[in-house]
Amino acid sequence: MTARIGIVVFPGSNCEQDVFRATRDLGAEPQMVWHGDRELPDVDIVVLPGGFAHGDYLRTGALARFSPIMDAVREHSQQGRLTIGICNGFQVLCEAGLLPGALRKNAGLKFLCKWVELQVENAETPFTSRAERGQILRIPINHFEGNWYCEPAELERLRANRQIVLRYVDNPNGSLEAVAGIANDDFTVFGLMPHPERACEALLGSEDGITIFNSMIDHVTSKAAV
Amino acid sequence: MQAALHRDLGLTDDEFDQICARLGRDPSYTELAMFSVMWSEHCSYKSSRVHLKSLPTDAPYVLVGPGEGAGIIEVAPGVAVAWKIESHNHPSFVEPFNGAATGVGGIVRDILSMGARPIALMDPLRFGTLDDARTRYLVDGVVHGISSYGNSIGVPTVGGEAVFEECYEENPLVNVACLGVIQDRLMHGRAEGSGNLAVLIGSSTGRDGIGGASVLASAEFDEASSEKRPSVQVGDPFSEKLLIEACLELIGRDLLVGIQDLGAGGISCPTSEMTSKAGTGMKVDIDAVHRREPGMEPFEVMISESQERMLAIVDPQSLDAVLEVCRRWELEARVIGEITTTGRVEVTSEGIAVADVPADALAEEGPVYERRARRPQWLDDLRAADRGDAAPPDLLDAFRAVISSPNICSKRWIWEQYDHMIFLGTLIGPGGDAAVIRLPDTEVAVAITTDGPGRYCYLNPYEGARLAVAEAALNVACVGAKPLAITNCLNFGNPEKPGVMWQFTEVVRGIGDACRVLGTPVTGGNVSFYNETKGRAIYPTPVIGMLGSVRDLGSVRGLGFVGAGDEVILLGVTDPDDLGGSEYAKVVNSTVGGAPPRLDLDALRDLIAFLGETNHLLRSAHDVGAGGLCVTLAESALAGGIGVGASVPGEPHRALFSESPGRVVVSCAPEDIDELLQRARTSGISATSLGSTGGDRVECGEMSVALEQLRGWYEDALPDTLSSSIEERNGRRS
Amino acid sequence: MSYVASVNVMLKEGIADPQGLTIQRALPALGFEGVAEVRVGKRIVLKVDASTADEAREQVEQMCQRLLSNPVIESFEVVVQ
Repeated sequence: MTARIGIVVFPGSNCEQDVFRATRDLGAEPQMVWHGDRELPDVDIVVLPGGFAHGDYLRTGALARFSPIMDAVREHSQQGRLTIGICNGFQVLCEAGLLPGALRKNAGLKFLCKWVELQVENAETPFTSRAERGQILRIPINHFEGNWYCEPAELERLRANRQIVLRYVDNPNGSLEAVAGIANDDFTVFGLMPHPERACEALLGSEDGITIFNSMIDHVTSKAAV
Repeated sequence: MQAALHRDLGLTDDEFDQICARLGRDPSYTELAMFSVMWSEHCSYKSSRVHLKSLPTDAPYVLVGPGEGAGIIEVAPGVAVAWKIESHNHPSFVEPFNGAATGVGGIVRDILSMGARPIALMDPLRFGTLDDARTRYLVDGVVHGISSYGNSIGVPTVGGEAVFEECYEENPLVNVACLGVIQDRLMHGRAEGSGNLAVLIGSSTGRDGIGGASVLASAEFDEASSEKRPSVQVGDPFSEKLLIEACLELIGRDLLVGIQDLGAGGISCPTSEMTSKAGTGMKVDIDAVHRREPGMEPFEVMISESQERMLAIVDPQSLDAVLEVCRRWELEARVIGEITTTGRVEVTSEGIAVADVPADALAEEGPVYERRARRPQWLDDLRAADRGDAAPPDLLDAFRAVISSPNICSKRWIWEQYDHMIFLGTLIGPGGDAAVIRLPDTEVAVAITTDGPGRYCYLNPYEGARLAVAEAALNVACVGAKPLAITNCLNFGNPEKPGVMWQFTEVVRGIGDACRVLGTPVTGGNVSFYNETKGRAIYPTPVIGMLGSVRDLGSVRGLGFVGAGDEVILLGVTDPDDLGGSEYAKVVNSTVGGAPPRLDLDALRDLIAFLGETNHLLRSAHDVGAGGLCVTLAESALAGGIGVGASVPGEPHRALFSESPGRVVVSCAPEDIDELLQRARTSGISATSLGSTGGDRVECGEMSVALEQLRGWYEDALPDTLSSSIEERNGRRS
Repeated sequence: MSYVASVNVMLKEGIADPQGLTIQRALPALGFEGVAEVRVGKRIVLKVDASTADEAREQVEQMCQRLLSNPVIESFEVVVQ
């Protein structure tokens, strides 16, 4: 069986085609899901892709979280299925309360598009199972608001529960604890600022993004096999 | 009625008389406003048209040449791209963020209007020198504006330039080029079919861009009203993104007869141009135009330059479907007109006719000027002047000064603010000789680059223009592509001055000659005149946007050295005297004078062919440009993270810094060098073995520096300069 | 009745404000000394229909909690005329 992936498109999303291509090339079955729909099609994985949903107006992700589809996304996660938010998608998930914390402007107050190295802190999640603890993944970032923050008490909880999944080796944006990617309490929702879909081809500079997508695909296909 | 009114709108007495003669009466307010924008330099090309006619524009693979939204070039069987460059110079000086942002918006809509999805942007920028606080403010604002708009609409900015010269201080140049790929069908901007509807899609219309026309306001014009008349256009990239998706869907579903974007001239432009091209007319109802502000006069609605709008021509049977698509994409769409057979643009407001003008009069019959051109007298003095090639006191110091000078140093500070990766097609991005873009869902790739050596053109406009085209072609060849065609942005001073007009005609002549030799026709472009302040004009600055096709993905080559122990060869001939107008002369000897480097265009054409034939032997290729051979070697070493030891004969500073064109530094595996040199001999290409890669130093003749120290000089220069205060910098220099 | 509500949204105390810091650093270069701190926020103005000013305020406060302000990093204050 193949993993069926629903990629949510908000007005202003712009990385959905790239996610579509990257996951299709890995053998999954991606399809676009319009933000205005109330129901998700029958999919195993939901992706909230990068871009500027609703122009990033008010705050990035602030308006997108109220899109009709988000109730279905919440439901999907409550059923134990996987959701990944990439960049703008991560911002939407934080605004929607599906992930802890918030994303602020980069400390350097400049948009940053560059390759970075990420260290895998937790390789036992459905999103990083193909990696090893301490492995370095080379994946690019592309954002103005990637500076993750959460309250100290919350941070302690996240640390204790190993919900900090990826950290920047060289913190490019001032993120608290150099956090690049975090998961929710039961590891069904994952948000990361870097763009794994941009690191799935050697010709483009790295294939490390495949590790993340394949981990998720494994999770789906092995569950089905059982 | 309006004794001096037309003058306030920028029309000459003569032009006013022509309008009256053409109409057979005095024009109305609204008509006068429409003529004032359609007959402006920017819209009508009145000072340049007659000269641009001499440019070569044909080739079997040019599907659409100059005169439409963008040129269309077939780059592979069944695969066509749109390619065009535009300028937004004056608005960017007034308000750099929005000026640059709306510049991006405008060129993207030009590409979109042809039925192409915009897939890449380039930003060739020119500013004054960085010790000026306002210049630093402009750099910051312009880069931020391009970043903000381009990133938001999801189009990668994959390359460009940043040049710093005193002459651009009060006239920065913000040119933006856009590449698009034709998806389903090629569209044309023609309003065909009597009875078809004109539908205005996109943002509401406000008073953006109406500065000079405020004189037509009511007598009660006062301070409060002036707040309502912003002359700066403010962009909304979110709307533009929606517009892109909606228009591509409309075009893909074959719901449109024609489409054109709104830019300079506002609604007046497509309503007259589309009908003029089709030989039809249009009835326009002002009241149907959706507006952002109450109480707008008809003339304001007709000439407003509010952003993010397109005019679509729709068969009435398709109207419902069109409106549904727009509604889904959250865009306003209003029927504002109907195509007629009258050949006239008839505008009504509240049922009353406010304008009734032949479309051709607005779009085609604008004045055509053959302005006086005379070679300026100062040019002889400049030619005879010292070319600045005296030897430096210390070679390493001179190298450091050149490699860290603003025109040479790394521009990473700029391009890391641009999304240069979206669409997964950027095979070579910013920092390369040219960008290489793989077209979505294909194995087809194109190369694009921009070049505009203003200093060379200042010394000799004709030669400088040839050098510009030559450099652009060689850049494209270096990445493994075949140069096909160009778009050009011609930035000049005041054309009413004979000296400037002479520069213009010489540059156009140079571009034409070079394009004919290299086989790269002109597919369209833009002319920006009046880039001068207080009598000081910019250098004549033709920015050439060259497009090339990549034979196959395996032929794509970068400029970085790939491995230690590779052989490094210089192709082409170095003339030790080619220091006129060079970075060395400017930076080390504070001189701009003499003649620019000499170009053998036939030899360059042969070199381009040679690069194609030997592509499989080359591991890297980087052309020699500003700064000379030492900069080329340094950049290849830095990009590859591998040192190089090169021996270069001749007087050291001339060997290192001469800017002779038609030269490329290539590297190849040791086992391939014999074949490479043999082929060079057979093809008549000069090939000199320089040395080999390896180690952690860059050695170029007598100059030697550690790679990591060099990296600091190259990478830190721009960020350090932009973050330091004026006092600090001036203190450091004295 | 129509009321005008003004909402000021600021970053919470203790949250780093790089924009404010940058502005604070730029002011002395322009000749303004003695500026100890700069914080940057946003102001949102709404025209609201309600029967009383208090009702308008309550509505707007709810808007702040649900949409206009992000409670993780921002605080807000509402003024109704």
